[in-house]
Amino acid sequence: MSIRVENLIHIYDKGMPTEQLALDNISFTAEDGQMVGIIGHTGSGKSTLLQHLNGLLKPDSGRIVIGGTDITEPGVSMVQIRKKIGLVFQYPEYQLFEETVAKDVAFGPKNLGLSQEEIDERVREAIELVGLDFETIKDRSPFDLSGGQKRRVAIAGVVAMRPEVLILDEPTAGLDPKAHKDVLAMVEEVHRRTGNITILVSHNMADIARLCDKIIVIDSGKLVTTGTPYEVFSKKDELRAVGLELPPVTKFTESLRERGLQLESTILDIDQAADQIAAYLKRKAK
Amino acid sequence: MIRDITIGQYFPGNSVIHRLDPRVKIIATLLFIIEIFIVDNFLGFAVAGLCLGAVIAVSRVPLGYIVRGLKPILIILLFTFALNMFMIDGHILWQWGFLKITAEGLRTAVFMAIRLILLIIGSSMLTLCTRPLSLTDGIERLLSPFKKIGLPAHEIAMMMTIALRFIPTLLEETDKIMKAQQARGADFETGNLIHRAKSLIPILVPLFVSAFRIAQDLAMAMEARCYRGGEHRTRMNEMKFKGRDYAAFALLALFLAVIIVESRIF
Ligand SMILES: Nc1ncnc2c1ncn2[C@@H]1O[C@H](COP(=O)(O)OP(=O)(O)OP(=O)(O)O)[C@@H](O)[C@H]1O
Ligand SMILES: [Mg+2]
Repeated sequence: MSIRVENLIHIYDKGMPTEQLALDNISFTAEDGQMVGIIGHTGSGKSTLLQHLNGLLKPDSGRIVIGGTDITEPGVSMVQIRKKIGLVFQYPEYQLFEETVAKDVAFGPKNLGLSQEEIDERVREAIELVGLDFETIKDRSPFDLSGGQKRRVAIAGVVAMRPEVLILDEPTAGLDPKAHKDVLAMVEEVHRRTGNITILVSHNMADIARLCDKIIVIDSGKLVTTGTPYEVFSKKDELRAVGLELPPVTKFTESLRERGLQLESTILDIDQAADQIAAYLKRKAK
Repeated sequence: MIRDITIGQYFPGNSVIHRLDPRVKIIATLLFIIEIFIVDNFLGFAVAGLCLGAVIAVSRVPLGYIVRGLKPILIILLFTFALNMFMIDGHILWQWGFLKITAEGLRTAVFMAIRLILLIIGSSMLTLCTRPLSLTDGIERLLSPFKKIGLPAHEIAMMMTIALRFIPTLLEETDKIMKAQQARGADFETGNLIHRAKSLIPILVPLFVSAFRIAQDLAMAMEARCYRGGEHRTRMNEMKFKGRDYAAFALLALFLAVIIVESRIF
């Protein structure tokens, strides 16, 4: 499975006074096993881009080829696309509606027309995969859960569809630090287990730097730059120009460098930073 | 999509129509609606249509935008048209089995369609050219004489303000929820009536939950700022009739006179 997006353009409210160019000529690719991060200032078009990837929005021009199928062509089966591409929306807990957690998670698989046994099995697997205890939670009302639990149930609802591409729009927005860590660990776990493409939108640069193999930076609908975390976070000034920050560790080591410490440029994680600083101190002691 | 609905929406602008006192516009719209019902011949409609056209031209709201607002009621329009066309007895023009079109039916159908279109465009001009806030302010002022007989004018106006304010929010919310359920494979477009009604549950439940959450938050925010109804509230912009408002009243009177004379003569 691979994703190829070519020259994607999307205009909201075309022909109205509020017309807005939300995506302006976006192109990128993603391969199996990759975790792709999308970053950009609020209102830059990230959510709009994600909604194109499973056919919820149609582009005004451009192509999206997923696993050899151009999903922008008329007549493509939407059910087939949504089977392959799972999209978890921003604040997905607001879409829970069933009486029990198990029923809500089963909604997606049911729409795929699976057998009851298959549905039950997937529901159990998905709920456990998101780090909840199936037996204790399955008969509770989703509306009585805590915010973090609701978020996990909502994500389980998409995971249970076993998509070949999992897309998450700010899965950690508004969560406390513990839930934040848990949800990300869960995303990582799902990604590792399936070996599929995962696409992640986040405003947290440290998470993006740590988790992703590839980063796409967009600003007012335009692709600013793309590359590995190392390549992207080396372009400090370019990022600052579009209102983005470096991950805290990188910022810290950058300011150490500015004060004259001889460190390698663009350090992305804490261990690497510690090694470099220790090495510098040892060199200096000699 | 669901966002295409333009009825009740405000179209930002700075024309004379936009700047008129909201009370003038409300009264004018009410009179226009009454007249549309008084008129009983096509010439009257022509006059009303001409005046409405002039108002649209002055307001600089694009005609395409207004026409697009008619789309959601197209079905109602076609339905009444067909009903009138086939159901009224008279001189038969065309017949096929039990279906027949009569001259009288056709006339009534066209007549009613024009009446409906004028009615809808006329009343949507009010909301297109008036900020929701000044609209409800205007309503509150117009209703305030009735406070003496116990009509809660301020509360009614406040309820309308809130309702108008949250229409776009709820539409946006509906759009989001629909997309999210579609992403989970929900299908709203195919299947029989029962299936489709059932497929609304995944939209309606989250929508109601959202609506209650929004209402609760709003109530709390209002209370936190000591809202306690209309007593002793003053406003930043006092409404006062200006020259252009009197001019509008004069034109309105003229329009009224023409329509009355016209329906007397013909
Ligand atoms: N349904 C819509 N109709 C009209 N305009 C929209 C719609 N959805 C988004 N927009 C506009 O398109 C632009 C991109 O929005 P989008 O939601 O994709 O941004 P985002 O990058 O996801 O932002 P955030 O980080 O705040 O979630 C914004 O300027 C927004 O106002
Ligand atoms: Mg977004």
